Amino acid sequence: MSTVSTPAAMERARRWRPPPLIANPLLRWGILLAGAAYLYLALNGIPVNWARLSEGLERGGRFVAGFLNPNFTGRLDELVDGFAESVVMTVVATVLGILVSVPVALGAARNLAPRPVYYVCRGLIALSRTFQEIIIAILFVAMFGFGPFAGVLTLTFSTIGFLSKLLAEDIEDIDRGQMEAIRATGGSWLQLLNYGVQPQVMPRLIGLSLYRLDINFRESAVIGIVGAGGIGATLNTAFDRYEYDVAAAILLVIILVVMAAEYSSSAIRRWVQ
Amino acid sequence: MPVATVAGTKVWQRRARGTQFAIWLGWLAATLVVVLSWNVISERTMWMFVEDAHVQAADLLGRMVPPRWSYMDRLWQPLWDTLNIATLGTLIAIVFGVPLAFLAARNTTPSRLLVRPVALFVIVASRSINSLIWALLLVSIIGPGVLAGILAIAFRSVGFIGKLLYEALEEIDDSAVEAIQATGASRPQVIGYAMVPQVMPAFAGISVFRWDINIRESTVLGLVGAGGIGLQLEASISQLAWREASVIFLVILVAVLASEWLSARIRHAII
Amino acid sequence: MLVIDGLAKQYPTGDRALKGVSLTVPKGQIMALIGPSGAGKSTLIRCVNRLVEPTAGRVSLDGQDLTRLSRRGLRRARRRMGMIFQEFALIERLTVMENVLSGRLGYVGFWRSWLRRFPAADVAAAFSLLERVGLAGFEDKRADALSGGQRQRVGIARALLQNPSLLLVDEPTASLDPKTSRQIMRLLRELCRERGLAAIINIHDVALAQMFAERIVGLKLGEIVYDGPADGLTADVLTTIYGEEDWSQTIRPADEDGDEDAPAIPPHEPAVPIDRERLAGLT
Repeated sequence: MSTVSTPAAMERARRWRPPPLIANPLLRWGILLAGAAYLYLALNGIPVNWARLSEGLERGGRFVAGFLNPNFTGRLDELVDGFAESVVMTVVATVLGILVSVPVALGAARNLAPRPVYYVCRGLIALSRTFQEIIIAILFVAMFGFGPFAGVLTLTFSTIGFLSKLLAEDIEDIDRGQMEAIRATGGSWLQLLNYGVQPQVMPRLIGLSLYRLDINFRESAVIGIVGAGGIGATLNTAFDRYEYDVAAAILLVIILVVMAAEYSSSAIRRWVQ
Repeated sequence: MPVATVAGTKVWQRRARGTQFAIWLGWLAATLVVVLSWNVISERTMWMFVEDAHVQAADLLGRMVPPRWSYMDRLWQPLWDTLNIATLGTLIAIVFGVPLAFLAARNTTPSRLLVRPVALFVIVASRSINSLIWALLLVSIIGPGVLAGILAIAFRSVGFIGKLLYEALEEIDDSAVEAIQATGASRPQVIGYAMVPQVMPAFAGISVFRWDINIRESTVLGLVGAGGIGLQLEASISQLAWREASVIFLVILVAVLASEWLSARIRHAII
Repeated sequence: MLVIDGLAKQYPTGDRALKGVSLTVPKGQIMALIGPSGAGKSTLIRCVNRLVEPTAGRVSLDGQDLTRLSRRGLRRARRRMGMIFQEFALIERLTVMENVLSGRLGYVGFWRSWLRRFPAADVAAAFSLLERVGLAGFEDKRADALSGGQRQRVGIARALLQNPSLLLVDEPTASLDPKTSRQIMRLLRELCRERGLAAIINIHDVALAQMFAERIVGLKLGEIVYDGPADGLTADVLTTIYGEEDWSQTIRPADEDGDEDAPAIPPHEPAVPIDRERLAGLT
C-alpha cells in the first residue's frame, strides 16, 4: 500500500535480483571455473579423424536408409534363431534370478535379518551391481564355454543384484504395524513372512520382475557380443559385414519387443495393485 | 464366491473354485514355458565344458593373481578417457534430452497428435538399445575412438533423461500452473515460471544418476572399440594377460564405487 | 490374572521408558492406561507380550512367567493375549476373512496357513465373530476397502479369534472419529464382559477412559502416579499425570454412558465460542 510508493522502496524494488543458486560467491565462481577448465581439457583431448568422419557420413546415411527400409528376410534364419535364443535366455534367467533374489532380499532387509546374514547378502548385491553384464559374461564364457548357458548365468547374476536390492529396500519400508500384529498372534517366522511381509511387497515384486524381464531381454542382445548366446552375436556379425539393413531390422525388433513389454507390464501392474 | 453354504454351515475358501483353477493353470503354463526354455538352452550347451567349470575357474583365478600392479601406469590415460566419455556423453544427452522431454510430456507438447508420438518413439528407440550396441553401430560408422564412445553414451542417455523428465513433467502440481496462467502469462512463461522450477530437483537428480550409470557403462565401451579403459581390457583378454585384466577389474571397481559415492553426495546436496 | 512386577525398560538410546512398574490385573477387569505421550503406555503393553523385550522385572499371566519363555513358549503364550492396534495393523491387501483368520496363526502350522486351509471350527468361529462385531457379509472385502471403524472391528475380531484371556489394546480410538470411538469402546467393553476377558487399554482420551473402564492407571515418565476407580480422577490427579491445565471441562461423571447420539464434538474440546475479534486482530 503506502509503503511501496516511497522512493526508497522503489529503489530497492528496482534492484531486486533472484538469489544465486550457490550463496558463497567464491564457491560459485570456483565451480564454474573448474567446470570450464574441465571442458577445455576434455574437449582438447579427443582425437578426431576428419577424413574417417566424412567417410562415416556416407555409412551413416546407409544406416539411416537401412532403418527406413530394414531387411528382415536377408538373414531370416539367423535372425529368428538369435531372437529365439534371446527370449529363452531371458525367461530362464529371470525366473532363476527371482528364485534366488527373494531369499537374498529377505537376508538383505535390515528389519528381518540378523546382522551377519545382512552383511553377507548386501555384499553379494554390491558385487553383482558393480560389474557390467558384459564383464561378467566374459568371465562366465571363460569358465563355462561359449553359448547360452554362460549367458543365462550372467543375466541371473545381474538380476540378483538388481531385484534383491530394490526388494530389500521395499521390505525395509513395510508397515511395521502389520508385522507386529502377526507377531502378537503368536505366528511363527514363516507365518510372519507369509502374512506380515508378502502381501505388502507382492505388487512391487511383480512389478520389478516384469521390469527385469524387459532389461534382461535388452541385455541378452549385448552379451552375445562376447559369445554368451542370443541375438547379440548376429548383430555383431551384421555390423562387421556393414550390413546395415539387417542390423536395422534386428534393432527394430528389439525396440518393438521392448515397447510391447513396457505396455503389457504396466497393464499387469495395474491389475495386481 | 469364496463364501458358500454347504449343508447348512458356511464354508470359507480363499478363492472361488474357478479362480483357483485358473491360477493353477497359469502356474502350470508358466512352469511349462520355463522347462521348455531350459531344454533349448540345455541342447545348445556343451555340458562337458560346464562340468569342467570349476577347474577353469580355479585356473582363471590362478592366472589372475597376483595382479601386475605396474600395469597401473598405463591406465591413467584410458581412465581419463573413460571419465570424459561419461561426462561429455551425459552433457550432450542433457542438451538433447531436455527439449525432447518437453516435446513428449502431455502437458507441454506443442502437438499431441504429431509431435508427441515422434518424441515418444525417439525416447523408446534410444532406451531400448544398449549403449554397447550404440557403440557397435557408431564404431562401424565413424570408426573406433573416444568420439564414438561419447556419442554412444549420449544416444543411450537421451532416451533415459527424456523419459524420466517427461514423466516428472506430467506429474507436476497443476494448481501452480493454473495460478501462473491466471496472471495472463504466455505459454513459454507458464513453462518457465510454473513448470521448470517444479521439475528442477528431479532434473538434477536424473542427470547425476545417469552420469553415475554412464561411468559404469563407459568402462566397457572399449570392448567394441569405442575408447576408454575397456580398450585395455579387450587387449589384455585377447592376449590372455589375465594378471593385467585383474588390475583393470580392480580399477573399474574403484571407479564405479567412487562415482557412486560422488553421485550420492551430489544428489544429497541438491535435494 | 496378569501380574506385572517391577517392570523396567531402557531403550538402546538410553531412554528409560519404564522405571519399575508393578500392576495386577484380575480376570475380567477392564483397565485403562492413561498418561501423556512418552509416558511409556505403549512400551508397557508391548513388554507384556514381549514385542518389546523388558530390561528388568517380571510379567506373569495366570501364573506363567512370560519373561523367561523360550521363543516357542513365547509364541504359545502370545496366543492367550490378543492385541489391538491404533492404526489397526490389518494386512491391507488381504481380505477381511484372511485378516480375522490370521488370529489363529499361533495355533495352525505353516503349510495350513500358507494354503489358507484353516480348520473348519476356526472358520466357523471367524464367521460368528464377524457377525458379532457387525461385519457379516464383509468376508471377501479387502481390508484396505474398509472405513476406519470397520477396520478396527476386524482388528477386534482377529484378536478375539485367538481365544485370549487378556486383551492388550493400544490406542484403539486414536485414528477414529468421536462417534465411532465410542462405538468401538462400547463393543470392546461388551465383548470383555461376555467372555470374562481382562483388558489393558492404552488411551489418551480421558473422558472415554472414564466412560468405559472400571479402573484407571495413570502413567507419567514411566511410573504409576494414579491407580484407582474411574470416578477418582479429580482435577488434582489429572494435574499430577499431565501437568497444570484447566481440567474442569474434561472430567465427567463416571456413570454417564456415551450414547449413540452423543455430540460430534469430542468432550475434551473446550466449548468456548471462537473469539472473532481476537482472530481479526491477528490478521
